[in-house]
Amino acid sequence: MGGEPGWVTAVADALAALCLLLGGFLALSAGVGVLRFPNLLARVHAVTKPQVLGLILLLFAVALRVRSWPVVAMLALVVAFQLVTSPVAAHMVGRAAYRTGKVGPEDLDLDELPHGDDENESARGPSA
Amino acid sequence: MELVLVVAVVLTAAMLAVGATLAVVRVERGPSMLDRTVAFDVLTTTLVGAVALEAAWSRRTETIPILVVLSLVGFVGSVVISRFAARERPDEGTGRGRADAAAEGAQRHQAERQERGAAVDTEHHGGSPDGEVR
Repeated sequence: MGGEPGWVTAVADALAALCLLLGGFLALSAGVGVLRFPNLLARVHAVTKPQVLGLILLLFAVALRVRSWPVVAMLALVVAFQLVTSPVAAHMVGRAAYRTGKVGPEDLDLDELPHGDDENESARGPSA
Repeated sequence: MELVLVVAVVLTAAMLAVGATLAVVRVERGPSMLDRTVAFDVLTTTLVGAVALEAAWSRRTETIPILVVLSLVGFVGSVVISRFAARERPDEGTGRGRADAAAEGAQRHQAERQERGAAVDTEHHGGSPDGEVR
C-alpha cells in the first residue's frame, strides 16, 4: 500500500464505496423479498440471487480496500463457497417444500412432477 | 474522498440492518420451517456482509476467516433442516410410516442373523466367505 501513488488509492476507495452501496442494496432487496413475496419458492428465488451477488460485491469492496493477495485468496474462497453451496441449498429447500406438500398447484406455472415423485420413490426402492 | 467512503459505509450499514430486520420478521412469521430456514440464510449472509463491511472500513484482515466459516455453516444449516423437513411427513418417500420402517428393520436384522448362523460351519471354524460378518 505504501508505494502506491495517491490516485490509485483514491480510485480504489471510490470503487470500494460503490461496491459497498450496491452490495448493501442487494442485501436489502433480499430482505425485502424474503418478507414480501407470497410463497416459499418465490422467497427462495428472491433470496438466492441478490444474496450471492450482494455478498460478492461486498467482498470485492473489502479486496479493493485491503489490497493484499492472501486476503484476496480467502475472499475468493468465500465467493467460491457461496457460488457452490447457495444453489444446492436452494434446491434442497425447494425439493423438501415440494415433497412435504408446501408447494400447491396454484404456486406453479408448470408442474413437471405431477404425481411423478411418488412413483419415482417407489421405483427406486426402500434404499432411496 | 474520506467523506465519500464514510457516507457509503454508513448507508450500507443501514441497508444491511434493515435487510436483517426484515429477515428476522420473516423468521418470526414464516408459516413453515422451510420459510424460517430461508430467512435465516438471509440473516447469515447479511451477517457475513456486516463483518465484511467492518473489514472494508477498518482495513483489518483478522476477521476474514470468520467469513469463510460463516458461509459454510449457513449452508450446512439449510441442508440439514431441509433433509429434516423432508422426513417430517410420516408417509413421505416410500409411503412407509415410522412403525413400518422399524418393523422392516427388525425383520431384516432377524433374517441376517439366521443367514449368518446357517453359514458358520461348526466343524471348520472360520467358515466359508459366506460366513463373513457383514
